[in-house]
Amino acid sequence: AQEELGFISKEALEYVADLVGVPYSKAYSVVSFYTMFRPRPVGRYVISVCANISCSLMGADSVLDHLRRRLGIDVGRTTPDGLFTLETVECLACCDGAPAIQVNRETHFNVTPDSLEQLLQRLRSEAQSPARKPV
Amino acid sequence: MEGGVAERKLISRNFDRPESWTLAAYEESGGYRAMRKAFAMEPAAVVEEVKRSGIRGRGGAGFPMGVKWGFVPRETDKPKYLCVNADEGEPGTFKDRYILERDPHMMLEGIIICCWAVGIHKAFIYIRGEFWSQEERLRRAVDEAYAKGYLGSDINGKGFDLEIVIHKGAGAYICGEETGLIESLEGKVGKPRIKPPFPALVGAFDCPTVVNNVETLAALPWILENGGAAYAAIGTEKSTGTKLWAVSGHVERPGVYELEMGVPLRVLLEDHAGGVRGGKPLKAVIPGGSSVPVLTAEEALACNLDYESLQAAGSMLGSGAMIVMDEDTCMVWALLILEKFYAHESCGQCTPCREGTEWMHRLVGRIERGEGTAEDLAKLEYVADTIGGTTICVLSDAAAMPAASFIKKFRGEFEEHIRLGRCPRRGERWTAALERAH
Repeated sequence: AQEELGFISKEALEYVADLVGVPYSKAYSVVSFYTMFRPRPVGRYVISVCANISCSLMGADSVLDHLRRRLGIDVGRTTPDGLFTLETVECLACCDGAPAIQVNRETHFNVTPDSLEQLLQRLRSEAQSPARKPV
Repeated sequence: MEGGVAERKLISRNFDRPESWTLAAYEESGGYRAMRKAFAMEPAAVVEEVKRSGIRGRGGAGFPMGVKWGFVPRETDKPKYLCVNADEGEPGTFKDRYILERDPHMMLEGIIICCWAVGIHKAFIYIRGEFWSQEERLRRAVDEAYAKGYLGSDINGKGFDLEIVIHKGAGAYICGEETGLIESLEGKVGKPRIKPPFPALVGAFDCPTVVNNVETLAALPWILENGGAAYAAIGTEKSTGTKLWAVSGHVERPGVYELEMGVPLRVLLEDHAGGVRGGKPLKAVIPGGSSVPVLTAEEALACNLDYESLQAAGSMLGSGAMIVMDEDTCMVWALLILEKFYAHESCGQCTPCREGTEWMHRLVGRIERGEGTAEDLAKLEYVADTIGGTTICVLSDAAAMPAASFIKKFRGEFEEHIRLGRCPRRGERWTAALERAH
């Protein structure tokens, strides 16, 4: 459901709960427990910044600061054009490449202000191309 | 590398070979010979060999693998299962990721050996949801193994069937706990179960289940090929074999290094990881993943890397993830990051953990922002002292050990934050940045 819709809508969750044969509340508890399930719509690109210890030691604070400023949104929000959602996540097991981020299914290691700029530019132009990108 | 101790590459021997994750490359380097050797042995003999090796669980608990296998009933009406714990979530740890990326076949061969030994015909690989590219590689390796007849029906020519199912996690640290993993595999919220009963008797779907870490399984081909005694001859008496060390933080060369158990920590830090970055003075080391007590620089440079030595030094080997901090690190700030993590990841079942992790998070937060009092520090110590050992799983202990050890070894920094009403090291700019991040 999440892959098709981009998030798990209430209707989708009701449908799944019914299909599986569990109460809606139980299904909702599962969705709310796991951080990768999204009960609310997100942007086309979800930028997940690891804020755990090794990435923080290597400057995750600055990565977040940079993205907040460039995207003009706070953590947990989506840009008005629907392109980017910014979130913090726990350890991605990419500490050898700290600070690390994930954008949808791609991991980016050793990010810097420059590499972030290039990334955002690439994503913006990719979003403008007619081909549909999978979630 | 000058002098010191070289890496001993038992598990990581193929990591830097081109296309190392393919079946062709793995077999070219001798892969799947151990599987054939195991098939020529009685399953019980394979278990004995593993017991003889003395290998201990490499996920963090350090429980002897052979002994764990021995708890599974040989004769039972129920199907037996293996759950491969590829949910690598302990902060600082990334060594399983390397195995999944660079040598998934070595792990698969280990899985086959385990299943043959214990009498298991279905193995679930629980891989964390964030490992997208690693799961693709793993899937390809599993497909290759099926195509070659190393998985599926009658893989040994005498009727032994083995099916592998890859199951993705969805972002929950607690699903790395063996019973939390099983609950999650069953489609539920990953809330750990009380033990006993242990998974070996009552595990996935109420059936006897072995839960093993990626690295522990990946060690099996070498053990079968060379014998358990040969493995036990490496390392120390109670910490046999080698360990994949994941080094991160303030070092010149973060990465994975495979060393014999017992090597001095100084060797890993300086010879392999290149020492503290920029040549700065070392301040602290968390030697085994975020849940183990922190060591001061002096303590770290004096200890060896094996279960017993690290325990004697007041810490633990844990997952083998070494996090290095230089002299500019604010230890209160670092602790806040960890306690926020544990508060977030607590599943919420047990009151001491659910309430205690959130309390510790808030108390460290107050102190870090300069709003803390001496009473807050005392309360923090009290919570850290109280919640361990009172809960269904050890997340409470995992949250408590950093708090207790950071305060014990860097108490002055906590008191300074309280006295000054701000962070003396990082100043207001950093504190504000951290506040916005949370």
